[in-house]
Amino acid sequence: MNSSIAPAVRERTSLVRSVLANPTGLVASVILLSLALVIIFAPAIAPFDPVKVQVFKVNAPPDAEFLLGGDGSGRDILSRLIYGARNTVLGALIAVSVAGTLGVTTGLFAGYYGRLIDTIASWISNGLMALPAIIVLLAFFQALGSSIYMSMAVFGVMLSPGFFRLTRNLVQGVKHELYIDAARVSGLSDLRIITQHILLVIRAPVVIQVSIVSGIAIVIQAGLEFLGLGDASLPTWGGMLQNAFDNLYTAPLSAFSSGLAISLTVASLVLLANAIRDRMQRGDAPQRLRHLKVPVPSTSAPAPASADILLEIRDLVVGYPGRDGWVNVVNGVSLSLKRGEIFGLVGESGSGKTQTAFAVLGLLSAGGRILSGSIYFDGQDLTRASPSEMRRLRGRHIAYVPQEPMSNLDPSFRIGYQLVEPMMKVLGISRAQARKRALELLGHVGLADPERVFKSYPHQISGGMAQRVLIAGAVACKPDLLIADEPTTALDVTVQAEVLDLLRNLQAEYGMSIIIVTHNFGVVADMCDMVAVMRNGAVVETNAARELFAAPQHEYTKMLLDSVLEDSKPRTYSAPQEELV
Amino acid sequence: MIKYLLRRLAFGVVLVVVVSTLTFFLVFSGGERVAANILGDSASSADIAALTHKLGADRPLLVQYGEWITKAAHGDLGSAWTTTGSVTEILWRRVPVTLSIVGTAVLMMTAISAVLGITAAVLGGWADRLIQVVSVIGFAVPNFWLGLLLIIVFALDLRWLPATGYVTFASSPAAWITSLVLPVTALVLSGIASASQQMRGAVIDALAQDYVRTLSARGIGPASILYRHALRNAMPAALTVLSVQFIALLGGAAIIERVFAIPGLGELTVRSAIVGDVPVLMGVVLTMIVVVVIVNIVIDIINAWVNPKVRLS
Repeated sequence: MNSSIAPAVRERTSLVRSVLANPTGLVASVILLSLALVIIFAPAIAPFDPVKVQVFKVNAPPDAEFLLGGDGSGRDILSRLIYGARNTVLGALIAVSVAGTLGVTTGLFAGYYGRLIDTIASWISNGLMALPAIIVLLAFFQALGSSIYMSMAVFGVMLSPGFFRLTRNLVQGVKHELYIDAARVSGLSDLRIITQHILLVIRAPVVIQVSIVSGIAIVIQAGLEFLGLGDASLPTWGGMLQNAFDNLYTAPLSAFSSGLAISLTVASLVLLANAIRDRMQRGDAPQRLRHLKVPVPSTSAPAPASADILLEIRDLVVGYPGRDGWVNVVNGVSLSLKRGEIFGLVGESGSGKTQTAFAVLGLLSAGGRILSGSIYFDGQDLTRASPSEMRRLRGRHIAYVPQEPMSNLDPSFRIGYQLVEPMMKVLGISRAQARKRALELLGHVGLADPERVFKSYPHQISGGMAQRVLIAGAVACKPDLLIADEPTTALDVTVQAEVLDLLRNLQAEYGMSIIIVTHNFGVVADMCDMVAVMRNGAVVETNAARELFAAPQHEYTKMLLDSVLEDSKPRTYSAPQEELV
Repeated sequence: MIKYLLRRLAFGVVLVVVVSTLTFFLVFSGGERVAANILGDSASSADIAALTHKLGADRPLLVQYGEWITKAAHGDLGSAWTTTGSVTEILWRRVPVTLSIVGTAVLMMTAISAVLGITAAVLGGWADRLIQVVSVIGFAVPNFWLGLLLIIVFALDLRWLPATGYVTFASSPAAWITSLVLPVTALVLSGIASASQQMRGAVIDALAQDYVRTLSARGIGPASILYRHALRNAMPAALTVLSVQFIALLGGAAIIERVFAIPGLGELTVRSAIVGDVPVLMGVVLTMIVVVVIVNIVIDIINAWVNPKVRLS
């Protein structure tokens, strides 16, 4: 019990502190705090009674007595501004309380219990969101008895879908988390689970939403008052703008102060929300991305002497910007690949094998850079190639088969188009030629009905078919090097063997080299001539596949092989049938 | 897809019926108060009762509702209480005015936020910061205050544009455009602020998809990736933003029409709300919801057209 509360408390204090450490968060907090003080001490601060009329001050310019001048009825604008803060903020509080209570409660129930409650609540929420709020409030104005606070309560109902959807989605997200299941199994009541665990998750997003919705409420309330739907006897910022509007031609300056007060308050609320959001997302986005210098690669290593070597990577270092400088995900990798060879790049996740492959393709994720080293492909150093040079190599000379087949096809385009477009671009052939070749390829990679697949959208075919399509796309322009990143990991076991067979056959037919990135020694044993074992961004051992299995040199390789052999034998090409029996 | 569209249409019809019914019972419940309001403070209770009877507001609400909905189904929304003429006539004069403001605002918002959002998503850096500043300003500056400031600067001070009024396109296209510049500018800022931010997010999401890397690996250039693939996939999100912003702009127009004295639906709503012209209010609410439902169905059709999963389901 205590242990579950303590971190929450610590997190809250550090949240406040880090929001204040953010300059905009600090400015916003100071403004909002001053506003709170003004509201509390309004009678002490305001120089005049906000409703006291001085006839000779009608539309008066600012002077020593009325610091911001007089309004259209001869009242002190500054005093009205100060008292107006009270009434304006009160209206916003009413709207936010109604919206928050209604939205969060229904969101909790809909998200936690689902089904019928969720369906009904979602319909109501969608219906409310389809209505222009101002129009509804105007239509209800007479029926609601012309109290602005009543209108704000109704507006709160209209704002509740924001809270509802937020809460519902968050609850649905965590409902099936293991710790919630554990709490349920251990016999905690639904109420305890909701109050102890789920409220903790939705707290910060709801605070952000409160901040935003308060801003909206202030603007809408001011709008209603501006239209003359407020209580004329109460000083409010919106009412002051109405007064200024009526006297626009005689005293245009009086429109500034109350509008500015609204804007400043709302802007502070938004900036506060942004500061909290930034704090919540910290760690996801590197803060100092732009400020990191990319070290200039020292000297270029000479090109490999033998023309038989297709790819030679030397001392490759790949980094991503982190909070404290570059974080190297690949740290001094060297390897070389002969023409027509199948090369396995093995390691656990996070070992840098995929990043090495992406570096060769020139397709590192946003922020990633090659910091040093060289990648010679067919005599050209890719680390020095321009983006357009890399683009000419990709597809034509270097191709890529991804891990996850479904997410690697564009869901909005037919499969045929996704094969035809690159071929027309890379090979410079006509649409008809590209179409003919695409259909041939689809048949060639073992798809039974190429015409149908050609016309299908990605969501209409299976994962195994999608992977064949991606392989067809990769070999479409007869590349020299095919980089396959875990090409079978996402597939069913039965399909895995077929896809590996396909890759092997295509390799033999086109004579291309293949780099297979995998964590699976079975795939290596099945396919590879050479293999490099990676760990923590570096290669620990490179050898011919046969020899590596027979006599692993490095401790880590031994450990990896042992852990595989404990479970099952690696699938060897000669004897797949026996294992199935 | 037919099923999907029928479901959306059913939702629209239910929405129109439910909202108009609820609104009816709320606004028609105060008939006597409205009569008193129309006659002013000096009216005797007999006068008020007479007017209430004349307006038909002394009958049971259910009877009034039955009559209203039967007539409404035949396109007759009754007569206005405080002005002459039928409600449908009044609405027909007002709808084109509001639609020309909101329509222009939607077009401007879409174009500007698409450019801003895509630029910020692709370039990051200064474009990203610009969009963040714009979004805070757009959120924090109420459109009616912005309207007042625009009038003060561009109409009263510089005298470049008219402060108030509306000219129909038919009478003078040039004057029509100049009469729209300030109101549309005031109306559109908050829409741009919010839509460009969301457009940026949609494009960033689309560019972060796995298939973008695969297409790049096949030799597809960045222009085709952005304009053909990423934007196509960002469309559903953008359409949702458009539908939400259209509703916001329709509501915003009510206040903006007041600021610029434009005789549109919003101005009609405000006036009818203050004097309590209940049949007109009902007509406005009904018209607004029907417009929203139609726009949403058009957006759903476009969404089905760009999104094969919806189209083929």
